[in-house]
Amino acid sequence: MISARLRKTFPARPDSAPFSLELEFQAAAGVTVLFGPSGSGKTLTLDLIAGFERPDDGRILLDDEILFDGAAAVCLAPQSRNCGYVFQDYALFPHMTLRQNLEFAAERRPRLERHRRVNEMLEKFRLGDAAGRRPHEVSGGQRQRCSIARALIGAPKLLLFDEPAQGLDAPLRAEFYEVLRQVRADFRTPMLLVTHDLDECFELGEEMLVLREGRLVQSGAPRAILDQPTNADVARLLGVFNLIPAEIRALDPGRNSSKVQMGEHELEGPYFPGHLKGDRVTVCVRPEQLTVLARNGRPGPNQIPALLQRAVEKPQWMRLEFAGGISVDLARPDYERVRDTKDWLIEFPRESLRVL
Amino acid sequence: MPIDWFPLWLSLRVAFVSTAIAFGLGLWLAYILANWEFRGKEVLDAAVTLPLVLPPTVLGYYLLVLLAGNSPLGKLWESVFGSPLVFTWKAAVVAALLHALPLLVKSARAALESVDRSLERAARNLGASEWRLFWRVTLPLARRSILAAVALAFARSLGDFGVTLMVAGNIPGRTQTVAVAIYDAVESGNTALARTLVLVLSAVALLILTLANRLNPRLR
Repeated sequence: MISARLRKTFPARPDSAPFSLELEFQAAAGVTVLFGPSGSGKTLTLDLIAGFERPDDGRILLDDEILFDGAAAVCLAPQSRNCGYVFQDYALFPHMTLRQNLEFAAERRPRLERHRRVNEMLEKFRLGDAAGRRPHEVSGGQRQRCSIARALIGAPKLLLFDEPAQGLDAPLRAEFYEVLRQVRADFRTPMLLVTHDLDECFELGEEMLVLREGRLVQSGAPRAILDQPTNADVARLLGVFNLIPAEIRALDPGRNSSKVQMGEHELEGPYFPGHLKGDRVTVCVRPEQLTVLARNGRPGPNQIPALLQRAVEKPQWMRLEFAGGISVDLARPDYERVRDTKDWLIEFPRESLRVL
Repeated sequence: MPIDWFPLWLSLRVAFVSTAIAFGLGLWLAYILANWEFRGKEVLDAAVTLPLVLPPTVLGYYLLVLLAGNSPLGKLWESVFGSPLVFTWKAAVVAALLHALPLLVKSARAALESVDRSLERAARNLGASEWRLFWRVTLPLARRSILAAVALAFARSLGDFGVTLMVAGNIPGRTQTVAVAIYDAVESGNTALARTLVLVLSAVALLILTLANRLNPRLR
């Protein structure tokens, strides 16, 4: 269990704007992803925990050990924090073989045990054949497994991953996810993983912390966050929503219904707890929750006419982009049925309507 | 007439000792400049570099004042070693060191600073002490550039003239280094000796600089 309260500010410099990080979170065993755009303080958070940077104030507690306490002026050196760190570029020592890289990390163990432990890790991470080679002589997958093995060899109480799948091609990425799931099952330590890839959050994360400009804006299971972002900012960060300004016209808890005015159109949705009639809100729906049809007489309920601007080819679906910034994702066969349409209607299914 | 090779051997011995001292002292200074943050850091760097730009007479003057028999440092030396420092071959080592040290510090600092910071972080994260980090990671990765700097410092030590003449003098068979011997030979009209020493010194320097270039990772 890691619990951290962190504060760190950087004053403005000629080449950078001022930045401040203020963050409080806890993470139990399993993968917690730190999600956010670049410059949101994700990597800085890892560096503060690992001890590469010193917080201005706060407290970092790993299990029952204090790694940092601003008030008590405790600040352990990186050497004594017992956090495994997997660097973005792996940071394997280029002048050592893979085996020597692991031995370097195991050097504080007694000689006999060290040797056994290194062999065990080489075998576990399928590095036996490459053990005698240097990092630049082995494949990307082997480098990656070696960096994970090296971080694990000292039996850390916490694992930190800085964008480990950044820049990997699809097969390597899949392999990495597989290795990480194995590690998660074998080593019951908290794992903090920095990413700005939403797919990765879902692939690996049990918990998710959304960061923006040095602040924690939402936390929870990835699915729960996707289903209900706390505000339009979070929804925008996730980058997968249609966000349309609107106003609430009516709310009826008894019949679980509401009416939302969006431009000149009125939509019906479920009851929105915590909102009042007249609130200015943002309608938030994912492109795949919408459907399109050819206009044929008067629009039905929750259907609005729209002007198609572009149809974009995606690997597994089609994305239709309409005027007003509304996107709709369609499966390929569904698109084939409507592709010659001139007048389009977009349908907002009642139950998928969310407002923020 | 047989050639007296003593000046060449003396120069080589001076260069060896001065390079060895420059290596130890220079690496230590370079480590401090590359890793520590303190006030006056760039002033220290500039002070170490200064001998490269000052004329030899100025440096010689400083050394004579600093190391003469009646100065505190000179007295200290004499009480420890039993004989004065100036006008001995050891003074020639000090003179050579003055130019070897800045060359070494400058190159070694740049070499240490060019080692990927994430590798140093990784080593600390894996529990390595600063000492082990330096000897096992930073130094091996900066090795080639530092060896090239050592070769350069050696070549520079081999050929010092002005400062050596001022603090070690020109005593044949005792403090006469090859550069001084060449000057002496030209002055006394012994062109055959001058030519031979010039050619030999040039060849040795060329050999060492070629070696230094082969070590430099950027030129490979």
